[in-house]
Amino acid sequence: MTGGFPVRARQELGDAQLRRNLGKATTAIREKRAHAIAELPDWEQLRDAGAAIKAHALATLPEQLERLEAAVTAAGGTVHWARDAAEANAHVLRIARDHDVAEVVKVKSIATDEIGLNEALAAGGIDVLETDLAELIVQLAGDTPSHILVPAIHKNREEIRTLFEGTIATDSLSSDPAELVAAARSFLRERFLRARMGVSGANFGVAETGTIAVVESEGNGRMCTTLPEVLVTVMGIEKVLPRVQDLEVMLQLLPRSSTAERMNPYTSLWTGVQPGDGPREFHLVLLDGGRTDTLADEIGRQALRCIRCSACLNACPVYSRTGGHAYESVYPGPIGAILTPQLQGLDRAPTLPWASTLCGACFEVCPVKIDIPSVLVHLRARVTREVESGRTPEALAIAAIGQAFRSRRRYELAQRLARIGRGPLAMRIAKAPPGPLRAWSRSRDLPTVPEQSFRDWWRSR
Amino acid sequence: MTKVRITLFVTCLNDTLFPGAGRAVVELLERLGHEVDFPLEQTCCGQLHGNTGAQEDAVALMRRFVRVFSDADVIVTPSGSCAGMVRDSYPQLARQTGDAALQDAVAEIAARTYELSELLVDVLQVTDVGAVFPHRVTYHPTCHSARVLHVGDRPLRLLRAVRGIDLVELPEARECCGFGGTFAVKNAETSTAILTDKIHNVLSTRAEVVVAADSSCLMHIGGGLARQRAGVRTVHLAEVLAAR
Repeated sequence: MTGGFPVRARQELGDAQLRRNLGKATTAIREKRAHAIAELPDWEQLRDAGAAIKAHALATLPEQLERLEAAVTAAGGTVHWARDAAEANAHVLRIARDHDVAEVVKVKSIATDEIGLNEALAAGGIDVLETDLAELIVQLAGDTPSHILVPAIHKNREEIRTLFEGTIATDSLSSDPAELVAAARSFLRERFLRARMGVSGANFGVAETGTIAVVESEGNGRMCTTLPEVLVTVMGIEKVLPRVQDLEVMLQLLPRSSTAERMNPYTSLWTGVQPGDGPREFHLVLLDGGRTDTLADEIGRQALRCIRCSACLNACPVYSRTGGHAYESVYPGPIGAILTPQLQGLDRAPTLPWASTLCGACFEVCPVKIDIPSVLVHLRARVTREVESGRTPEALAIAAIGQAFRSRRRYELAQRLARIGRGPLAMRIAKAPPGPLRAWSRSRDLPTVPEQSFRDWWRSR
Repeated sequence: MTKVRITLFVTCLNDTLFPGAGRAVVELLERLGHEVDFPLEQTCCGQLHGNTGAQEDAVALMRRFVRVFSDADVIVTPSGSCAGMVRDSYPQLARQTGDAALQDAVAEIAARTYELSELLVDVLQVTDVGAVFPHRVTYHPTCHSARVLHVGDRPLRLLRAVRGIDLVELPEARECCGFGGTFAVKNAETSTAILTDKIHNVLSTRAEVVVAADSSCLMHIGGGLARQRAGVRTVHLAEVLAAR
């Protein structure tokens, strides 16, 4: 572990180009989303329904997963269970080797980023190609995604033009989006046609029928799920939906929250294998990866309702300044701040629950009503208790203030001491104020402690 | 309107650092013909502790709050976030203690706790409080007032009725100011980046006064404005409404 979020954020904040790219992009998506949801008179009811569907699926998870396994198997697919990243990667690598595959085309998938599948396959001698345009940009740049939905949100057209010219483009390019897309298209098309194995994630997996759903904008995902002979889907176990009908709600909530569209351009649904159509083999890898542990936390478990729309990222005052890399996880932004510490363990990401002002903008836009601020506060308490054991200088200062607040006599004494810059409530403009106040006063003046507290005035009147 | 007995929860921050906000609430409510009570046993609602992971302290301070304010008919506080703590966080915190009596007491006290603009508009049913404030003002609707309490346009309705006021809309008003309690020191750089944009929006209005209903956010915005010698001051909503 490095210095965590505060240190990475400080670095990212210094990148003026990043700030500009992010500010423009998040503001634009945010405004479009507001329009898209304003069209629906029943948006709030849809959110309630979405939250209820996911809560029910999670409450009955073992049953739903068994139904899903049975349905996928009945439809001619094969289900593999993976406790963690290593097991999931091993399944995919084994399937690739069984078919003697040297090259894999991928649908944009965060679950596979979470387990580091590309690196694992590469280590096994298999070439992996990201086919989502933004994921391709990130892969070509040797970079990591910084947004759930728009992985290259930190890059602008000009940066992408330079990147393509140095990698996939055969001619020089302008920064016209159509020209950039055309360059990627001709590069990818050839790969789609020769690839024998595709790998995808899943937006939803329907227990009732064994149907997997992937939503996307480009159609490149559908190329990967239909052209190769073998298709492998890596799905987090929390993505299961009990009924096909549940898609009615989810497919309204997701596109409006993510891309601000009424409907996303491509929704691919497949159920096992169909003779003469699409892949001849289908494998579903069901990934736990800390999800069962997360489910055990009564307050924290709501994070598993997430449908990866990224509305919370775009709405967040912190994310929209720092960008995604500061979160040091494939799940950035407010949802990442509650998901990463739970999936990876609190000790691996103890600073993330503090990477929020608790302004509540994330909760306000969440299509499945995850009360992110409450979960953040809950995880802060867990970090304080389980990781730091309350012994940090800050925890001790907070504890001293807590003691002062527990008694009127100690509180009034602390107020009097504060006037001379002493005691737990001290706050005074000084050349070098102590401890945390130094961080405050680097960019903000401190208020002076008035001669008369409110209670002194009250008593004197 | 009949006389209402109102119990003031001034908050530890106002009590210690911004007593003017508390005095303004007392003067305003008494001017409107109501009776104000101030239990001296009150200290802090525990928001600082709750939001910093010190749950044990937060629970102790919640119990203390419930005890100190158990006799109050109506509780008012000049802080959106402290009202939010009592109304939104106390029930969750009480549930975690498993203490059924505490949960009942909290539910009961939460229902009687109001942020100042809610008390005026909903309980006392007044929007014109007879204030005079001849200044160019912009209003920042603080996150917890807007998103936890959902006070909506109540503060703006109160401000619009003030004589002589030149009220100008703050661009991107609902954006956070970047304070966030200990966030302001634990993530000081990010906090400052957010504050810089808030200040940019404030300055674009050419207002001479920024008004909000929470002294913590005002301390943050005001601290940034003062550091930049921007010549714009921060004033609590209560002080504008008490001004004659």
